Amino acid sequence: MKLNRLAISEEGFIFDPETGNSYTVNETGLKVLKALRAGQSPSEIAEALSEEFEISVPEALRDVEEFLESLKRFRLWEES
Amino acid sequence: MKKPYQKPTIVKLQIGTLREQKSALAQRVRFEIDGVPVKDLLQKFGSPLFVFSEKRLREQFRYAKRLFETHYPRVEFSWSYKTNYLDAICRIFHQEGATAEVVSEFEYEKARRLGVPGEKIIFNGPYKPRTILKKAVEEGARIHVDSMDEILDLEEIAKELERKISIGIRLNLDTGIYPRWDRFGFNLESGEALQVVQRIAAGGQLEIVGLHCHQGTFILEPAAYGRAAEKLLGFAQKLEEAFGWTIEYLDLGGGFPSRNRLKGLYLPPEVAVPPLSEYAESIAKALLSNLNSRDYPLLILESGRALVDEAGFLITTVQAVKRLPDGRRAYVLDAGVNLLFTAFWYHFRVDLGEEVLGPPEPSVLYGPLCMNIDVVEEAVNLPPLSRGVPLVLSPVGAYNVTQWMQFITYRPRVILITEKGEAEVIREAETLEDLVRLERVPAHLR
Repeated sequence: MKLNRLAISEEGFIFDPETGNSYTVNETGLKVLKALRAGQSPSEIAEALSEEFEISVPEALRDVEEFLESLKRFRLWEES
Repeated sequence: MKKPYQKPTIVKLQIGTLREQKSALAQRVRFEIDGVPVKDLLQKFGSPLFVFSEKRLREQFRYAKRLFETHYPRVEFSWSYKTNYLDAICRIFHQEGATAEVVSEFEYEKARRLGVPGEKIIFNGPYKPRTILKKAVEEGARIHVDSMDEILDLEEIAKELERKISIGIRLNLDTGIYPRWDRFGFNLESGEALQVVQRIAAGGQLEIVGLHCHQGTFILEPAAYGRAAEKLLGFAQKLEEAFGWTIEYLDLGGGFPSRNRLKGLYLPPEVAVPPLSEYAESIAKALLSNLNSRDYPLLILESGRALVDEAGFLITTVQAVKRLPDGRRAYVLDAGVNLLFTAFWYHFRVDLGEEVLGPPEPSVLYGPLCMNIDVVEEAVNLPPLSRGVPLVLSPVGAYNVTQWMQFITYRPRVILITEKGEAEVIREAETLEDLVRLERVPAHLR
């Protein structure tokens, strides 16, 4: 999985050694990225977000899916 | 207690934008308009919603009027109906002492309906239908003639009424600005204006008492107004000497800019748009230094945009969130170019109606029309928005509620926040009934 190759700092700085591209993620972005890397499903991630933050599960799920779209656009995620 | 939520985002870092990301353009949030919360307005009146501030309208009018009066003793402001002819808005300006400047039959009738007497109406415009022209003459309106054909109409009317008619003539002139509006009135430099005046004098039915010009719109050069004033005054003096008329007023039209960001201008309006005081000074200097020893002619100004634009807001709501193939974030709003005709020329200020956390990113704002041109803003830095987030666009007080179009949807409510801070509906939202009222179905199609 491409996500595994990324160097992710605790401050949200992401480096892709294969392409040389770097990215930043915000706090929730970092959580989602780590959870995806750990193999969690979007709905599991949404539930976790909803427990920690002021957000409903359906809204969080929509945002996680949007985040996945961004990852795909940056070629960091491929549908398995 | 749960933590405040931010949409998860990932931003690719690019050399050149690194610094921009750090500087994180201060997020602009507008929670209220004149003390009334945006949220309450949406809840009570729905989205989208035009909002006007009575306080700002009155303050701007008083400021402009007093500003010009401190530079020149006799000033009249004539409210440019086409800029915004909602009854409530016109009434506010009339209460403040503005006369009415109209350019069509409809606007003339609207001003009369509002109780403005004929002599307090200036009738401009390139086409004045014969019947309304006669009515305006009878009611004592100041008619500004635009063409020779109109002069012929007026001479006929003078014969019918068996009296001389006082008129103003509209001139176009070179004041050193581009584009030069030369389609209205008669050209000064070419000698056309003088020829027409000679023709009018020879006809013996009409008498010229005023000169008018309107240089254009959103004019960023105060000196152009000084040149226009000087030229009008010079021509007035020529006419007084040659024909014995008294030119009672000089009307410099409108065209004064508001603090809106014209497309193609690099600088923000705070820097690019000269303050109104520079216009006042330029005009007054030209008049005061060139006046002969005689009474001060009345200076008329037909300012529209500069008085109303910044008092108008549009509250709209994000209805869908999209990603374009090139990666840009895009939002679909419930208000588009149908309501914001001026979006074609101006970059509005876009404020968030509520606080949204997250890194800003250039985003496109689309309207609700199924037309490719329905773009409210091509690139505005916004944090990641969710459906339902309100945006407040401004300034939108000029021309939008007159040039808006009824295309595939209804036009929304317009409200006025009064000086007491109360929100009053000044135009109801359209309904299906309103829109089909004028339609007729032939019998064979029923």
